[in-house]
Amino acid sequence: MSAESTPPAGGSPAGSERAHPGRRAYGFPRRWWEFLAAHPPPGAATVNRRWRSPLRGPWLTSVFGLVLLVGLPLVFLTGLLDYLAYSPQFGQAFPRDVGWLRLPPFDWPTRPSWLFRLTQGLHVGLGITLIPIVLAKLWSVLPKLFAWPPARSVAQVLERLSLLLLVGGILFEIVTGLLDIQYAYLFGFDFYTAHYFGAWVFVAALVTHVALKLRRMLTGLRSRSLPEELATYRAGTRPEPPDPDELVAALPGPPTMSRRGALALVGGLSALLAALTVGQHFEGPWRRIALLLPRGRQPGAGPTGFPVNRTAAAAGVRAADIGPGWRLTLRAGGRSVTVDRAGLLAMAQHTVTLPIACVEGWSTVQTWTGVRLRDLAALVGADGITAAHVVSLEKAGLFRQATLQANQVLDADSLLALRVNGVDLSLDHGYPARVIVPALPGVHCTKWVARIEFRGRTGG
Amino acid sequence: MGDLAARFRAAYGAPVGHLLLLVGAFAIAGWVALRLAAEPTAGRMLVWFVGAAIAHDFVLFPIYGLADRVLRRALGTYGVPASGPAPLNHIRVPALASGLLFLVYLPGILRLGRPTYLAASGQDQRPFLGRWLLATAVLFLASAVGYALRRWWSRGR
Repeated sequence: MSAESTPPAGGSPAGSERAHPGRRAYGFPRRWWEFLAAHPPPGAATVNRRWRSPLRGPWLTSVFGLVLLVGLPLVFLTGLLDYLAYSPQFGQAFPRDVGWLRLPPFDWPTRPSWLFRLTQGLHVGLGITLIPIVLAKLWSVLPKLFAWPPARSVAQVLERLSLLLLVGGILFEIVTGLLDIQYAYLFGFDFYTAHYFGAWVFVAALVTHVALKLRRMLTGLRSRSLPEELATYRAGTRPEPPDPDELVAALPGPPTMSRRGALALVGGLSALLAALTVGQHFEGPWRRIALLLPRGRQPGAGPTGFPVNRTAAAAGVRAADIGPGWRLTLRAGGRSVTVDRAGLLAMAQHTVTLPIACVEGWSTVQTWTGVRLRDLAALVGADGITAAHVVSLEKAGLFRQATLQANQVLDADSLLALRVNGVDLSLDHGYPARVIVPALPGVHCTKWVARIEFRGRTGG
Repeated sequence: MGDLAARFRAAYGAPVGHLLLLVGAFAIAGWVALRLAAEPTAGRMLVWFVGAAIAHDFVLFPIYGLADRVLRRALGTYGVPASGPAPLNHIRVPALASGLLFLVYLPGILRLGRPTYLAASGQDQRPFLGRWLLATAVLFLASAVGYALRRWWSRGR
């Protein structure tokens, strides 16, 4: 019944050929392509007739495409910013060696203090929110995968290969990202390496795809009016007219859903995922909104009941290491000073309320009390500081040490924290002392600090 | 010159710019592949990269497509009445939402990567399966209530 309502111009193959000259032309070697087209595998025609949704068409695909065109570059850029937040100049951003894909060097700022919270939160949150749009976009173009002939020219073969990079790329990034934030390293390769290089492969394919399809997308968007679609119910829903890309079904079935319904469904699924993700940044009971994510749960009650990223047990920090015998060693220019916890508590104490944000896309704001890092530098006579190397009691692990930039050492809010929310740090939060620096990635806010070495121009 | 461009276009199937763009994309992908080839896990990365596309196109899509077809058959014309709300969509929407939640939060629901999870958070993943089931129940219930309301509304008019 729906077929009758389509405009007659595109009704027959001959008509569509006239409407889009050159569309059916074969490239070199022409005979091979014609042979391929004339010999479809069994079932190809049946598959082609099976695509019945009257919603598929250039307009719907373009709407999803536009959302992704705005959203995915943001996810990519915030991902790169997160990489930069790890100070690659000290060789502590992973993957370490990225060759030509090195980013321009710059010192990650300490202001605004919520900077990393924002970039990381956007990267993970927006990435998750876009999943339904990616799936909907793939659904809208899926018939093309099974179209016969698969190509009519070398150009089409190459373009289809690039689509493998595009589709494989985005799905690879989504899957590795989702597994990482939920700590399920099923893939057995290094997450950082895979996610970083995978992103570049995807973006290269995306730039190509956008360059080739941007005009199609704009034409598609202009082909229907959004307000009209949003006012059209199921009963009034008609298929789009046949298009050169053959996204519109050859034999569309009766509509089971309006376009506005489909958009509301996809948008609603995105909103659902966004809602279940954003809770990871809230405090108190609101955190529970992140119903299905690790950081939707408060590990405990009281002033130290906020989430951790690595437990003391996992870090191999033993009670003996942090008992009364614990000493902090400060070094600079060949000098060395050791201080015990009482000594640190006797120094000028500062209290700051700062967010701590983790690469898994969660954060928490707490009130920390401790000694300014720059006061510790002064204690050991460090001058002209260029960096500080902080080492933990942890025996192993990528993040048992971190190097801080000069601006991160000298910021008035950068502390070696001894207390949090008015009580001593708990063991899991880094007792006896931990680093807290504004806008610094959580894993670089080293816990269970044993040694700080200030490096500077003068004897550092 | 124009003749040469036209001949290239006819033989290749697209203008020269098309080829340049694609060569650019393949150059970057090829460079990355060469760079990663030395990694002992390079093969796994390739499998997951290509596998992700294959799993979507030839496993996930056929599964949800088939499920939708079965659902439509089962409901028949009752699923999509000529007027009023469609019961079909009031099953489709919560089912899709539940399926999506399962896919996205699968590691927690199926308790994958337990040791890493414990080391990172000091917790276990026990609550997630129950929460997902609860979310699914709430989604279906909300959809059923929505259907009842819409039906009542469309009859009232």
